[in-house]
Order: sequence, then C-alpha cells, then structure tokens
Amino acid sequence: MTTAIADGWTMTGRYLRHVVREPEQIIIYFSLPIMFVLVFGYVFGSGMAVGGDSYREYLVPGVFVMTQLYGLGATATAISLDISRGVVDRFRSMPTARSALMVGRSTADLARAVLEMLVLVVCGLLVGWQWNLGPGQALAAVGLILLLRVALTWVGIYLGSVVRNPDTVSLIVFPLAFPLTALSNVFVPPDRMPGWLGTISEWNPISATVAAARELFGNPGAHGEHALLLAVAWPLVLLAVFAPLAVRNYRKLGR
Amino acid sequence: MTDIAIAAEGLRKTYRGVAALDGFRLSVPAGTVCGLLGPNGAGKTTAVRILATLLNFDAGRAEVAGADVARQPEQVRERIALTGQYSAVDGSLSGRQNLVLFGRLHHLGRRQARVRADELLEQFDLVDAADKSATDYSGGMQRRLDLAASLIRAPRVLFLDEPTTGLDPRSRNQVWDTVRKLVTDGTTVLLTTQYLDEADQLADRISVVDTGRVVAEGTPDELKAAIGADRLEVVIREHGRLGDATAVLERIGPVDADPDTRRLRVAVTDRVTALVEAARALRDAAITVDDLGIRRPTLDEAFLSLTGHRAEEEDKK
Repeated sequence: MTTAIADGWTMTGRYLRHVVREPEQIIIYFSLPIMFVLVFGYVFGSGMAVGGDSYREYLVPGVFVMTQLYGLGATATAISLDISRGVVDRFRSMPTARSALMVGRSTADLARAVLEMLVLVVCGLLVGWQWNLGPGQALAAVGLILLLRVALTWVGIYLGSVVRNPDTVSLIVFPLAFPLTALSNVFVPPDRMPGWLGTISEWNPISATVAAARELFGNPGAHGEHALLLAVAWPLVLLAVFAPLAVRNYRKLGR
Repeated sequence: MTDIAIAAEGLRKTYRGVAALDGFRLSVPAGTVCGLLGPNGAGKTTAVRILATLLNFDAGRAEVAGADVARQPEQVRERIALTGQYSAVDGSLSGRQNLVLFGRLHHLGRRQARVRADELLEQFDLVDAADKSATDYSGGMQRRLDLAASLIRAPRVLFLDEPTTGLDPRSRNQVWDTVRKLVTDGTTVLLTTQYLDEADQLADRISVVDTGRVVAEGTPDELKAAIGADRLEVVIREHGRLGDATAVLERIGPVDADPDTRRLRVAVTDRVTALVEAARALRDAAITVDDLGIRRPTLDEAFLSLTGHRAEEEDKK
C-alpha cells in the first residue's frame, strides 16, 4: 500500500513536470476558464437578471463548476496519449504499482484544479461577483467544487482508457460536456425550464454542486434542501463507479 | 546443469481466433544471449511481451529469472527490463528527468535515483543532452536513453525487442557493445531481430520463429551447418577460361558455374583437402584466380531454407 502511494506520488510529479516544461500550455490552459468568467459573467451578466437578483452573482458559481467539467478533456486526452505510447509498456514492465499512473494523474489534476479555482475566484471578483456568507462557507463551496473535479477526473481517466485514440478523445469531450452544462442550473434556473427539462436539470450532478456552491457563497438561486447532501453524494457515486472501471481497463491492457 | 533464465513451454496466444503463438517453447541458459529470429508477424514480439508480463497468454507455462510469469508477475518485474522497438520513455521530460522518474518508480531513494541517473547519462554518452526533452533526441540517442532506462537496476534478464531497427550503423554498434558488456556482467539477454547479422554477431544461440513457433534452434554455426554443406568458391579472371576451370574443378565434385560473375561453386565435405586440391589443379591449368575460398552458407540462406521465405519479407496479416 505504501508503495502504491509512493508510486502514485512519483507519477503526480511526472505530470506536474510536464506542465512546468511546457509553460505555454499553462497560458492556453487558463485562457478558457478566464474567458468563461469574463465573457459569461460580463456579457450575459450585464443583460439579464434572475428574479430581481444579479445574474452575474447567479452565474459565476455555475461557471466555476462548468470549468471543472471541461477540465475532464485534458485528463482524458493525457491518459489516452500515455496509453498509446510506449512509455506505459515500461511502467508496466517495472515493479511499479499498477494504480500509479491513474492515481498520479488524478492528484496532479487536483493540484491544477486548485490553481484554477484561485484564478477563477480572482476573475469572479473582478467582474463583480462576491461571497456573502464569510470565508469559511466560501472555502467549503470551493471544497465541494474540487470534490466534483476529482470525480470528473476519474470519469476523464476512464474515458481516456476506453477511447485509446487521443484525437478521438478530444473530439468527443465537448459534445459530452456541453449538454451536461446546458441541461443544468448553470445558466438558467431549472424552475424556469419546461417541466421534464427542469427535472433533468435538477438531477444533473453538475446542478447539485452548483446549487450547493450558491448556497454556501450566499449567491442567488440557491434552493432545494438537499443541495449539500447531493453535492457530496453525486461525486462519491461517480468516483465509486468510474475509478474501479478505469483501473480495471489499465489492468486489461495485457489482454 | 546450468541455470535456465528463461523457460517457456507450449505457449499459446490467440487474438480473435488467430494464433499469434502456437506451442512456443524456449530455454535460455543464464548469462547467454538468445536471438529470436523471424519475419514480421512471426510472433517474436508477442513472445517477448508475454515473457515480460505485459501480455497474458491462453495456455502453456513460462518462467523468467526463476519466477512464474503467470503467477508471480511482480517477482518477474523485479528482475527484468525491456527495451522495445519503440521508444519507451516520456518524450515530454528530459533525459535526466526520465531516468530519475524510472529510478523512483524502481523504488530508489530520491538521492539514489539522481546519482544513478547521472551514472547512466555518463555511461551512455548523454551528459550533453541530459536536460533536453527526449522528443528532441536523435534516434540513436533515444535508443541509448531507452537502454539506460532498462539498466537502472541491473536486470537479471533483459528483453530487447528489435533494439537496432531504424538505427544508423554507428548507433547500432554502440547498442551491440552495450549488450556484449552486459552479458559479460552476467545478464541474460533475449533479443528479437529481423537482421540476420545482428543475431550472428550477438547471439550464443538462435531460435528461428515462424508462424508462432520455434522452427529451428542452435548456435549460428549449427544453423548454418544444418542447412547444407560448405562450398568451395572460385572467381576466375578471364571469362574465356570458364570451361577449362569447370573441367578442372569437376574432379572434386559437381560444379555450378555462373558466367556473369565468373564464379564457380562446388559442394565439399573435406574443406582443407578440397582447397589444396583446387588450388593446385587451377595453377597446373594456368588459370588466373581472383578469389578462392571456402564459404559457409549465410544465416540468410539458412533462414530461407528453414522457413521457406526470406527474413525481411513482410507478413501480410
């Protein structure tokens, strides 16, 4: 077990080194979330209102979560790239824990997500968003968003281990992620949607985290009693399903 | 009895109903180089991947460095290293970072891993390029880095899957020298290759693989001997004397003469007598000779006669 943790940690270092060695990637990497907050927050936020409240304050927590969802694309691509290259053969022929690659990737992605959240919060504050219930609750909200990110990372790892072609992976992530954000409470409150659409939005795992974040930030649009519970439960369910599946796929490379 | 480092018996591996390995067997004494020789698609790589625990198999039994491949893969991985046909390093990292990474994943301490990386960079002549990304390495440098990564902890068995494919002659010689040195230090090497001269140069014993099984094995000399007699070859200076030369050499045996190259061939059994006899007879007949000698069949010819096709032939699958 200690070996598995040590190997996973070594692999985390490997992925973080990739980022350090290609700094231009960081710029590309952060341009999307920054754009999301600035464009959505400023452009849409100026022209709309949700029941008298500021749409911008409503929207920004949703954009935080949406960015985490799109982060899944980078994860999936990196894993499929790794698997398609010879370096995984070397890992697998060494006395290294077989979980190391994926555990390392998910930890490295969590580190990236923390950095991302920092940038996002700063951008949010710049466009006039704020938290209203004190820093403790705000941190809890960020914590829930990061929890979802960890779960989504494993969905991405699974995706990358199923679709072995890195080009295909980057093509399918957007069509998968876009409906998930549109059919959620990120942009529009579910109670304004047609009935069945609203129901889908309510139960969307993305919505759970967004609703909980709004509640903890004290932003408008927080409703439903179970938001916090769901925001913890959904990611755990996703993790319990996708992490074992992903590791199983890695083991199955020997077939 | 000598120690057997690699033992395989009745290995079978099927991909979608097509047998890649079918009753593959192998026995390699410790401290020797075994060459797996065969065309593309013969099953060489499949065999190596199975023995290196990268691939499951359907039937049979295999033991590497004293551990059972199917039941004790972790022990096998402690004792082996693999350098494949394709670069198996992280192209986004530098050469040094790669070696440190693999050292850490071999459970060396942080400092130990760094010291070992420096030693290997030195040994493989990569010090100048140590901090460049591995993707920017030349083919030869990448292969050296690959080999270095395989030697972080001296493996008992080293698998080399076509280690010199696509390399220039100089890099190829460097790889060969490394392999020879490793064997002196006691490592057992299983080498797959399509190049007959590579097997001839490096291998103590050769197993010829075709359609998923070993069709012949022996030392390079034994394989050459198995497929036919030695030949006396003569190349004469003047085209016009071809008839005379044929008449003279027919005293030794049936002559196969090629007018285009002015070359005559005679199968011989007693090599020295034949050589002396031919030399004397040709001199007595006053025939000028450009070249005269005994030739053993090449491994190329051996391969052709064993498998019915040439080694370089692409498998159409």
